[in-house]
Amino acid sequence: MSLIVEGVTKRFARFPALKGVSLTAEPGQFLALLGPSGSGKTTLLRVVAGLETPDAGRVEFNGEDFLALSPRERRIGMVFQHYALFRHMSVARNIGFGLRALPARRRPGRAAIEASVERLLSLIQLEGFGERYPAQLSGGQQQRVALARALAIEPRMLLLDEPFGALDAKVRKDLRHWLRRVHDETGITTIFVTHDQEEAMDLADRVAVLREGRIEQIGAPAELDEAPASAFVFDFLGDSNRLDGRIDSGRAIFEGFDAPAVVQGPVIGPATAWFRPHETELEADGPGLAVTVTNAAVKGANARVSCRAADGRIFEAEFPRGARQASIAVGSEARLRPQRVFVFADQDGGRSTAPAPPRLT
Amino acid sequence: MRAVAPVRPSGLAWPMIAVAIAWLALVILLPLASIFAEALRRGLPAFLAAFADPDAIAAIRLTLMVAAISVPLNAVFGLAAAWAVTKFEFRGKTLLLSLIDLPFSMSPVISGLVWVLLFGANGWFGGILEQWGVKIIFNFTGIVLATILVTLPFVARELIPLMQAQGTDEEMAAITLGAGGWATFVQVTLPNVAWALLYGVLLCNARAMGEFGAVSVVSGHIRGLTDTMPLHVEVLYNDYDFVGAFAVATLLAGLALVTLALKTWLEWRFAGQLAPRQMTRIR
Repeated sequence: MSLIVEGVTKRFARFPALKGVSLTAEPGQFLALLGPSGSGKTTLLRVVAGLETPDAGRVEFNGEDFLALSPRERRIGMVFQHYALFRHMSVARNIGFGLRALPARRRPGRAAIEASVERLLSLIQLEGFGERYPAQLSGGQQQRVALARALAIEPRMLLLDEPFGALDAKVRKDLRHWLRRVHDETGITTIFVTHDQEEAMDLADRVAVLREGRIEQIGAPAELDEAPASAFVFDFLGDSNRLDGRIDSGRAIFEGFDAPAVVQGPVIGPATAWFRPHETELEADGPGLAVTVTNAAVKGANARVSCRAADGRIFEAEFPRGARQASIAVGSEARLRPQRVFVFADQDGGRSTAPAPPRLT
Repeated sequence: MRAVAPVRPSGLAWPMIAVAIAWLALVILLPLASIFAEALRRGLPAFLAAFADPDAIAAIRLTLMVAAISVPLNAVFGLAAAWAVTKFEFRGKTLLLSLIDLPFSMSPVISGLVWVLLFGANGWFGGILEQWGVKIIFNFTGIVLATILVTLPFVARELIPLMQAQGTDEEMAAITLGAGGWATFVQVTLPNVAWALLYGVLLCNARAMGEFGAVSVVSGHIRGLTDTMPLHVEVLYNDYDFVGAFAVATLLAGLALVTLALKTWLEWRFAGQLAPRQMTRIR
C-alpha cells in the first residue's frame, strides 16, 4: 500500500502554499515532512487527508485515486496538533467514535466496540482512564488518546500534524519513542509533520525537507546528513557556521588555511563554505581564523563554545569536554578551522532573507 | 480563570463604589420596586383581579405564542448562521455577518415599519395579499415577523464568537474518523455549543416577550386580539387603570428577573462553555 503524490499545487487567497510537490511513501514507512512554518508541510498533509483540495496534481494510494474519495472514504487516521479530542465525550467514547460512526452494516456490536476501546486503552497505557474527560488528562495523555482514536478505525495510513508540538521537552521525547514503537508493532504507513529537525531525524525512515511550497530534498536521515542538497537543508538540519572562501580541486581555501570540501554541483572559485560546530577545530594557536571566545557552555558530554571574529561574525564550535577546555577560556584569543565544509551550487544560502509567509492553519 | 485576585478597596475606591451603588439604586432598583409597589397599592385582590380581565389573558397568551414561534425559529437560524460563518469559507461572509448585526443597530420602530411597507394595505405586496385574502399587518403574523426581525441577532451573536474560538479541529477529526456532515453536527458541534445556545435563547426570549416598538407599529392595538403584554400595559396605563397596568408589568419585570437569574447561573456554572465575554453586548 504505497502513497504517490505528484505535482500537487495549492494556492490560498494570495499565498501559494504548495508549488508542485511530488513524493512517494512505501508501505510501512515512517515519513517526516520537515520544514519551517509556512513551508507547506501541513497543507500537504491535509491534502493527503482530504481536508484540503489541491488546485492541481495527483494523489494516489495503493492504486486508488485518492482525490476522488471524500476524507471519510479514505480511511485515514489523523492526529491533530492540539489533539482535537471531543471535549464533551469521555476518553472511551472518543476512542470508539470512529467505530460508532461506521455505517450500520459494517458497525461492530456494542461489546466488540468496548473490547476494541479496552485494547487501545492498554496500547496507550491508559487503562482505567476510559471514563475520564479530555480536560482531566495531561497534554501527553490527551495526545495518546488522540492516537488511539485514530488507530481505532484501523486506518490504512496514519497522518500526524505536529503531534508533539504542544508538549514539553521530556514528554515529547518519551512520546516520540513510544510512537515509533507503536508504528513498528502495527506496521502502518505513517506520515508526520514537524518543524523540529531533531524529531524528524530521530524518528523517521525518510525525511522530506520542504521550503516555500517545494520539496528541497527527500531521503533517509543519514543521507540528508551526509549529502545535503542545498544550503537551506544543511542550515535547517542543524546549527551551522559559514565562511567565505574559494574552491579549488575539492578543497576550500581560506586566508592562511584550508579544509576538505564536499561540493554539491559545479562550483569553482569564490564560494560560501558551510560547516557544523562539531566539525570545527578551535585551538589556542596555529593556522585558522582569529577569533575571541565569547561564551562557553556545557551540552551533555560536549563543550559548546561561541566565538567572534574581528568583523563581528559569530562562530560556534563543539567538542568533547575536557579535551581542549583548559586553553579555551572566555575572553581568550583562539584559532578556528573547519575540519570539513559543504559547498552548494545555490549560493543564496539557507538563511532565507524573505519575510516569513503567514502561518496557515 | 474566572477568579480575579481580590484587591481590598482603599482610598478613592469606597466613594466610587458608593456612587455606583447609589446610581444603580436610583435608576434600576427604585423603578423596579415602584412597579411592585404600584401594582399592590390597592391590595392583593385588586392585583389578582387584573389577571382575570379577558384582555389581559389574551395579551399574555399572545405574547407566549409569539415567543413560542419566533424564538425557536431564531434559534435555528442563529445556529445555522453561526455554523456557516465559523466552519466554512465562502464569498459574502462579511456581508452576512453585517446583516446579522443589522437589527441591533436599527431602531425597533423601523423593524416594524418595514413589514408595513412590504405587506401593509398600501405596501408593495399589500394589493396582491388583499386579493388572496391574506392579512399580515394588524395581525398575529405581522407581530411574529416584527419580533423575529428584532430578535434575530441574539442567538447567532452568542454562538459566533464561541464557535470561532473552538475552531474546526474537532469537526475535521470527526470527518476523518468517518462521520458524515449531519452526524458531525449533532454529535460534535451541537454539544460543544449547547449551553451557549441556551444562553442565547434566554436573551432572545426576554427580548421577544418584552419588545414594544416594532410590535406596536404592526399590531394595530386591537384589544384582546393583537395587544401583547407590553402593548397591553400601555393601553391600561392610558386608561388610568394604574393597578392593572402595573400588575401586568410585574409579569414582565418577573420575566426580566428570572432571565437575569438564569443568565447569571449559566455564566457562573458554564463560564468556559459560553462565548468569550470581551464583546460589547449591544441591546
